[in-house]
Amino acid sequence: MSQFTSGSLTGKNLHLAFGSNKVLRGIDIHVEKGTAASVIGPSGSGKSTLLRVMNRLIEPDQGDILLDGRSVLKDNPDELRRRIGMVFQQFNLFPHKSVGENVAFALRKLRKLPKDQAWAEALEQLDKVGLKHKAGVRPSTLSGGQQQRVAIARALAMKPEVMFFDEATSALDPELVKGVLALMTDLANDGMTMVVVTHEMGFSRNVSNQVVFMDGGVVVENGSPEQLFTEPKTERLQKFLSDVL
Amino acid sequence: MDAWSRLADTFLNWGYIAEVLPTMFSYGLLNTIVLALSSGLIGTFLGILLALMGISRNPVARWIARIYTDIFRGLPAVLLILVIGLGFGPLLKELTGIRSPYPLGILALSLMAAAYIGEIFRSGIQSVDKGQLEASRALGFGYGPSMRMIVVPQGIRRVLPALMNQFIALIKESSLVFTLGLMSRERELFQIGQDFAANNGNQSPLVAAAIFYLVLTIPLTHLVNYIDNRLRTGKEQKHEPDEAAAVIGKGAHA
Repeated sequence: MSQFTSGSLTGKNLHLAFGSNKVLRGIDIHVEKGTAASVIGPSGSGKSTLLRVMNRLIEPDQGDILLDGRSVLKDNPDELRRRIGMVFQQFNLFPHKSVGENVAFALRKLRKLPKDQAWAEALEQLDKVGLKHKAGVRPSTLSGGQQQRVAIARALAMKPEVMFFDEATSALDPELVKGVLALMTDLANDGMTMVVVTHEMGFSRNVSNQVVFMDGGVVVENGSPEQLFTEPKTERLQKFLSDVL
Repeated sequence: MDAWSRLADTFLNWGYIAEVLPTMFSYGLLNTIVLALSSGLIGTFLGILLALMGISRNPVARWIARIYTDIFRGLPAVLLILVIGLGFGPLLKELTGIRSPYPLGILALSLMAAAYIGEIFRSGIQSVDKGQLEASRALGFGYGPSMRMIVVPQGIRRVLPALMNQFIALIKESSLVFTLGLMSRERELFQIGQDFAANNGNQSPLVAAAIFYLVLTIPLTHLVNYIDNRLRTGKEQKHEPDEAAAVIGKGAHA
């Protein structure tokens, strides 16, 4: 039972190079509707770039992207990004706007809600992440964990069909990681389609239903957490797991 | 009269100061403010244009902004004021019938300020973390709206102190229009002081001008510092006790 109108997401044979540096070398990835997929792998393997290519912050050199089974490469990329929420390692809240306005801003400007309705909806989203009482303050007065929860509320307010998390807990102090992970776990349990680039092996193993292991710009292994964590087939994944666990 | 009292008379002759004050109050101060304010406003407008050209994706626009900035920042103010103020006089007279070089003085100050202000804005906009553009675009805003609504406002906000400093510089540089030979009532603070000083062989009128300048610039300098501080720490917020404790405990407040 999902409270979201989430959709499936597919990347087909995605290639991207910055000059001679081939960052993505033929990525195939499919995330079923309502599935939380975690993307793991060593630094520089192209995980974060893959997210940015799939919401077309960076246009792929080659390949196709399908949202709910339909190719979106010909669509307006701005409209595609309204359907995919993204949460960043560095939160990237707008420091010159209040917490509430961070959430309400896109509702007014993009979803064209009237001012009071946008604000009411922003408060409702903030309430879900436990920060309704902070709506009036600037983001800089919040802890990192609180800021990241606001960033999640900001993305969710757009009612996305898919959520991307780009190392959402990597910049947090250890004691603040838990709150953000709990929120992501709730989202996954509520049936949001998620692609989570993470170093949190606990989340990958226990919360996500699909694990994608990337290395050197390709998907090396892809399957259920049990498969990948208990019976890694490739030497590269075995080595990666023995390094991080 | 010993050397000390002669020196005191040279700089602080109250008679001369009293004599020059009415002129300074009746139009000298006003002219200084008009020169600085109008060239500050025009320079800000042109500066924003230059900054946007400087960060544009169009190489021709970037190129034009670069050349303009290099030229106008690379020349002495007094040279620009003379060249523009005198050189364009005939053209101005032909087009508008205005004989006074006063507007050209404003133009010269504006063009010069634009080069500095353009660089202030450009560096301010470019100093905004690129994650801001990324986050805005990820929400579904296009490049243009993201720059306009998210990136540029942050860039401008953080350059307010530098902008105010530029305005203070303009107040001082406006004195250089004296080289244009303005009519009596067009004279600003410095020239009035200078004329009185020359006529009376006494520096006290210039001291009076100096006091006027300081009354303008010192409060502005402190306002800059205040704004700067305020921008860095944000508005005063009511901190809940546990938050305050957490902040103190960490010994850091970013």
